Amino acid sequence: MTQKYRLDKGGFIKRDKKISFKFNGKKYFGYEGDTLASALLANGVHLVGRSFKYHRPRGFIAAGVDEPNAKVQLYHGAKTEPNAVATEVELVEGLIAKSQNCFPSVSFDFGEINNFLSKFFPAGFYYKTFMWPKNFWYKIYEPIIRKAAGLGVAPLKPDPDRYEHKFEYCDVLVVGSGPSGLASALAAAKNGARVIIAEDKSRFGGSLLTDEVTVGNKKGKDWADETIEQLKIMPNVVVKNRSQVFGYYDHNMMVMFERTKDHLEFPNKYTPRQRLWYIRAKEVVASTGSMERPLVFGNNDRPGIMLSSAAKEYLRVYGVLVGKKPIIFTNNDSAYETAIDFKKNGINPIVIDIRENSESSVIKEAKNLKIDIRFSHAIANTRGHLRVNSATIGKLNEQKTNYQSLEDISCDCICVSGNWTPTVHLASQSGNKLKFDENINAFIPNQSRQNETTVGSAKGSFTLKKSLEEGFNKGFELSNKITKKNIKSAIPTSNERSNGKQNKFWCMPLPKNKNYKRCVDFQNDVYVSDIELAIREGFRSIEHVKRYTTLGMATDQGKTSNLNGLQLVSSIEKKIVPEVGHTTFRPPYTPVTIGAIVGREVGKYYRPTRKSPIHAWHEKNNAVFVDAGLWLRPRYYNQGNETLHEASKREAFNVRNNVGICDVTSLGKIDIKGSDSAEFLNRVYTNAWMKLPVGKARYGVMLREDGIVFDDGTTTRISENHFHMTTTTAQAVNVLAHLEYYLQVVWPELNVNVLSTTEQWAGAAVAGPNSRSLLEKLFPDTDVSNEGLPFMGFKEADLFGVPARIFRISFSGELAYEINVESGYGIFMWEKIMEIGKEMGIEPYGTEALSTLRIEMGHVAGSEIDGRTISSDLSLDGMLSKKKDFIGKRSLNRKAFIETGREKIVGVVPLDKKTMIPEGSHIVVDNKASLPNPKLGHISASCWSVEYNNPFSLAILKDGKQRIGEKLYALSPLKSKSIPVEIVSSHYVDPTGERVRS
Amino acid sequence: MLEIKCPYCGKRSQNEFSYGGDANIKRPELGKEISDSEWDNFVYFRKNPRGKHSELWHHVAGCRQWFKVSRDTSTHEIFKTSKLNEEL
Ligand SMILES: [Zn+2]
Repeated sequence: MTQKYRLDKGGFIKRDKKISFKFNGKKYFGYEGDTLASALLANGVHLVGRSFKYHRPRGFIAAGVDEPNAKVQLYHGAKTEPNAVATEVELVEGLIAKSQNCFPSVSFDFGEINNFLSKFFPAGFYYKTFMWPKNFWYKIYEPIIRKAAGLGVAPLKPDPDRYEHKFEYCDVLVVGSGPSGLASALAAAKNGARVIIAEDKSRFGGSLLTDEVTVGNKKGKDWADETIEQLKIMPNVVVKNRSQVFGYYDHNMMVMFERTKDHLEFPNKYTPRQRLWYIRAKEVVASTGSMERPLVFGNNDRPGIMLSSAAKEYLRVYGVLVGKKPIIFTNNDSAYETAIDFKKNGINPIVIDIRENSESSVIKEAKNLKIDIRFSHAIANTRGHLRVNSATIGKLNEQKTNYQSLEDISCDCICVSGNWTPTVHLASQSGNKLKFDENINAFIPNQSRQNETTVGSAKGSFTLKKSLEEGFNKGFELSNKITKKNIKSAIPTSNERSNGKQNKFWCMPLPKNKNYKRCVDFQNDVYVSDIELAIREGFRSIEHVKRYTTLGMATDQGKTSNLNGLQLVSSIEKKIVPEVGHTTFRPPYTPVTIGAIVGREVGKYYRPTRKSPIHAWHEKNNAVFVDAGLWLRPRYYNQGNETLHEASKREAFNVRNNVGICDVTSLGKIDIKGSDSAEFLNRVYTNAWMKLPVGKARYGVMLREDGIVFDDGTTTRISENHFHMTTTTAQAVNVLAHLEYYLQVVWPELNVNVLSTTEQWAGAAVAGPNSRSLLEKLFPDTDVSNEGLPFMGFKEADLFGVPARIFRISFSGELAYEINVESGYGIFMWEKIMEIGKEMGIEPYGTEALSTLRIEMGHVAGSEIDGRTISSDLSLDGMLSKKKDFIGKRSLNRKAFIETGREKIVGVVPLDKKTMIPEGSHIVVDNKASLPNPKLGHISASCWSVEYNNPFSLAILKDGKQRIGEKLYALSPLKSKSIPVEIVSSHYVDPTGERVRS
Repeated sequence: MLEIKCPYCGKRSQNEFSYGGDANIKRPELGKEISDSEWDNFVYFRKNPRGKHSELWHHVAGCRQWFKVSRDTSTHEIFKTSKLNEEL
């Protein structure tokens, strides 16, 4: 395959480095430095896709991010990427791409029938047609529309690539490396500012790459190259290409998307595929340039019709002719540069200019080159199915409402120019309310709300001279606010062609009795007739017109179409454009991969994992882990072929009969010190704390201010002004913040300090009838008898030379102790306990057995303290002090809290003593009642009672204990279960609490 | 993402902080007899102004201090931050 449209010389590609790639299954060659788009055009391929709705054949329109049509699917399998823009994809050996939105192939597409049926698919078609019947939407309409209108296909496998996030700070962030961007960066950097300059493309220079200009007596491109080299060696400058600053967020937080890998044939193994930068910039210079707008005329969306600036870029940067019989169609002077470039490369263009005349240096140059120029002419229509092959042109009448005569001229491409739109998305996202500039017929930035400054053609300064001046001046001014060094750089002289006056006329009339489609939004397939229809149907707000017609939506966000759409609405409505307003410029400016947004926060890196210091022992001993917030806790320790149920039963049984050990390190621990500590606890907990003796623990319940139970735990008085609080694993973080709030904000007069010590202590619960004999051997020098260390007692002791704390507290309801040592001694403690406990039948138990033990004891946990229950619902009302005030007390007389009939805690046993009741089951009187069956309450937690060897559950039930003895039903529609149950006391085992005191 | 100046640590990104609501809310004194509606106002009712708002923030992933912020709720402009015992 020869590259028939490639010039022998010119451009910045490397002709000695041939690259092979596949497009739609066919092999092609391009050169290093090509994009997929330039390589395809070099091979004469214009047809790249089908339009969104009508499946009309589509080709390249642009050469950069503004390309609305050439969305391709790259590679396949896990690496596949949908909606890649061919003009932005750099050519790399082995690249595989295919067209989207066509079946079975881009040149023969069944969906094209939509084009012939297009009168049945007007604007708002989906809204109008698929309204009814409702269930048809999900089953029939939606799947069909999805298939017909789908853009790319998302990969179904996990992304094999790695992505990174980076956080950066700088004084001045310069977005774009055209003349104004380079000038700003250079001026700011020389004035000592920390500068980041970001260029979306692989090449720096922006318009200097394609314009016939000189800067400082050098060719534009050479000046750009030298400036970049100069910036690169400055220590205070970061220079980034392939980096799109796609969003402007609050407080000058800029987000940049850097492509680091895909363009490399042999990437370094550790290079991430893409990198997302969060840049906090003191000042932002948006030198984002401008985009050419298409002209609108009959069948203006055929392959081969593109922006004249794109044709120039393909020629100048890539050495590619987009056609050999070009027509240039324009309303301004800039397109003449493209005509001149064609002519200088031996191609004879025809220029169709809607203006009566123009006098400027560029026109003179064109005339001297004997380029065929037809003033006062316009293109009315085009022909050519898969590629444009002729244009119908005519002389416009004076009012530009019709043509005086029409003639067909053959062509193989049409390069259009309908003036330039400043790229103002960053200014707009920063909160800058844009203003409409009548001279250039486009929106430009107005008053900055953040530290944002737009320069160059992005603010409508379309000459090189002005761009350089603005760049140097603003670069100095902004950097000097920060560095105050007053080092001013000289502005280099420049030379450029002069341009004459543009004409604002952009939407060509239809010849009499002709109904040609005139495309406004190429990506979303929106035509002049659609917008006219929307307005006829009463849509007035531009935001409504946008949504009804889909103008300016999707990945493109109206880059080429927005302004034409606004102009059309304003001309139909007979308003001026600023009255119509503009739609919102939403980030991201160009598509960003989900991978880059997620970064390294995938799989197990999604959030931190907290492990107890004893974790390695659990792993070695076949623990099966469960997530408890961020913590990994042993759920059970597997022996042989046991199920979870069997293992937890064995472990819990062993606690009730011998002794068990459980890792309780994850419990929240808060150290409380200060002379007002007891007073503080007295306000935080519902019960009394002032008289708790040193060396004693107490169980406490905290409420929120609205009276709902917040958390529970035991707190121990270590010394007069020193307490050790424990919280549940789940609420540890919130309890600490809660305490800090009251100490700092509400009662700053209290002399108390709180500090989380969760990670400083390793904790082991030792529970069961043999636990005391075990402790006697662990702490031979400490009196652990029932008198020496009674229930709720606390002692500091020596564990074979390691300082330990012993708390006689029990969650299991058995005689039990919790032993804490410094984290580093966790494994030592654990192994010592296992070693000495062996003869007493010690076995470790996990959270599942722990649950079993607490459920059958009727101890509440997170499934009962669920943000809806108050103390009396949980039989904790005995702990509400009548003598003092505390957080949340004033709420307890709320009507809903004192009414009878509240749902309160009870125990539930299935009548058959066999069927486990699913958690979440509803409790009802009649299991056959018609739906909705009135619900009396729900099952909050279920276990297999090892004490009675039958299932037991806790429930939150209307009227609570008053229903003890009643026979009701537990219904679980999810598990298709209806279980006859009896209501019993929630304290199923040892209701008087003898064991813990034994 | 906002950039918030913690009066103790200096400027930090918003993801280090958690929001604590209206800074002008005063908890009724403990043990004081107050009407139901006073209590309801304290627990439930908050103004939701568009514009300048005094609020509390907590530097949770930092010094763990609560402090006051004067912020525009529509533009996110932060006018001032101060320690709790300082005038905002
Ligand atoms: Zn701080």
